[in-house]
Amino acid sequence: MSIETISLSGRKKQVSNKEMTFLERLYLVAIVKGLIITLKHLFSRKVTIQYPEQVRTMSPVYRGQHMLKRDEQGRENCTACGLCALSCPAEAITMKAAERKPNEKHLYREEKYAEIYEINMLRCIFCGLCEEACPKDAIYLTTSKLLVPSSYEREDFIFGKDKLVMPLEMAIKNTELKKAN
Amino acid sequence: MDNTIIIEKSVIILVVFAITMVMAMYSTLAERKIAAWLQDRIGPNRAGKGGILQPLADGLKLFSKEEFEPDTPNRFLFFVGPAVAMSTALMTSAVIPWGDHFHLFGRDIILQAADIDVALLYVFGVISVGVYGIMIGGWASNNKFSLMGAVRAASQMVSYEVAMGLSMIALLMMTGTLSLREISLQQSGMHWNVFYQPLSFLIFLICAFAETNRTPFDLAECESELIGGYHTEYSSMKMGFYLFAEYANMFISSTIIAVLFFGGYNYPGMSWMVENVGVNLANVIGIGVLFAKICFFIFFYMWVRWTIPRFRYDQLMNLGWRILIPLSIVNIMITGIVILRHEIAIFLGF
Repeated sequence: MSIETISLSGRKKQVSNKEMTFLERLYLVAIVKGLIITLKHLFSRKVTIQYPEQVRTMSPVYRGQHMLKRDEQGRENCTACGLCALSCPAEAITMKAAERKPNEKHLYREEKYAEIYEINMLRCIFCGLCEEACPKDAIYLTTSKLLVPSSYEREDFIFGKDKLVMPLEMAIKNTELKKAN
Repeated sequence: MDNTIIIEKSVIILVVFAITMVMAMYSTLAERKIAAWLQDRIGPNRAGKGGILQPLADGLKLFSKEEFEPDTPNRFLFFVGPAVAMSTALMTSAVIPWGDHFHLFGRDIILQAADIDVALLYVFGVISVGVYGIMIGGWASNNKFSLMGAVRAASQMVSYEVAMGLSMIALLMMTGTLSLREISLQQSGMHWNVFYQPLSFLIFLICAFAETNRTPFDLAECESELIGGYHTEYSSMKMGFYLFAEYANMFISSTIIAVLFFGGYNYPGMSWMVENVGVNLANVIGIGVLFAKICFFIFFYMWVRWTIPRFRYDQLMNLGWRILIPLSIVNIMITGIVILRHEIAIFLGF
């Protein structure tokens, strides 16, 4: 087998410039064949998803909006180490660290915490590398179907801790579920 | 001439006019639906149940659009273009026999607006005036793309009219009449012309595609090359008229194909129905059958549109002048030989 005729995909077709027969030159046979193909499609299953009524099922590895986790006692996991910001290919994450005060032990798990934690949702590409980089299991990309809402102001797309940190009720519910199990 | 015939004809004209408009309107919906189905989509289904009000919504949208006029020296022609296109599209339906006759109020009512004995010539005449609508519109738009579209449309329609006329001559040699009513009557009892003149039918069909500017011969419009061709500069309802005229033309040419080659309102067992069930009911079914045939051909137009890509301009001209015209001349000769043989056989007493 010469190198020109090898077809690794099995789909390679040799082009032939052979003279067409009279029947082929009439094109009528080809047109009828084409018509039969399109007619088959007339009766085939339609692929349209009627959006507001039907919603496409998300992929099991779907990555939605970020969430900063709390532990069982409702304390924030994040220690503002900055690994997520470092790993972020879109440079969407910024943060400012602060030291925990003695009376804040119920709020933050370790001595250092993120005073400001911001993700620019216009820059974020939802790749999930921050989640992989995090040593404290603090940041996660959720399966939430809630998309970033549209807005007229760029500032509205910079999500601070108010939008990112897991709500307390959710943390309480999670703890209760864990206890029940 | 008594007064009843005026009332009778006015009613028929009004009904035919209304039917043509409704058919053209719903052809737009059918086109979108069939296009969608052939592409595994669903198509418009939000306006009304299953999208049944979509044509009304489209019409309303076109009416509410801004009326734009290009800065053209031929403002009058710019208005005349769509008007000519629309009126010629609607005029053809006058001579089409929608059924044989009704027997109502003690008189026979022929289901045809005008039974003129040169009906076929009339149809051809009106259709060839239709090209002026496109030409005038394209010329008056003062736009190079429009002019290109108009030039293409004119040369295409003129060259395909020749082949169309020649293919008709073979048919006329057989029928011996130009009246569409006579041609319909001759085809009763499954003597459909398509069985006797298949080549003529094929040529006529191809030319009908070219005459109505439908794919694969929509070179006058071709969105991808001429951004709409002759109606690039039109907006609002003038644009609507052009689009509407195209669909009305499609309806009329489907009707003419059905009447000339597929027996018109005739269906198997029609004479039995007339004798046993009654003239009126038999003809109501006949009208239904004619419309079924028309709808099939309208569907066929759309089916072909989403199957065959557009011809190149030189391919189109080649097909018209170098293939279809010689072919239809050969067809005329074959028909002539067969008729002559038949007559000689009769003359010699075989």
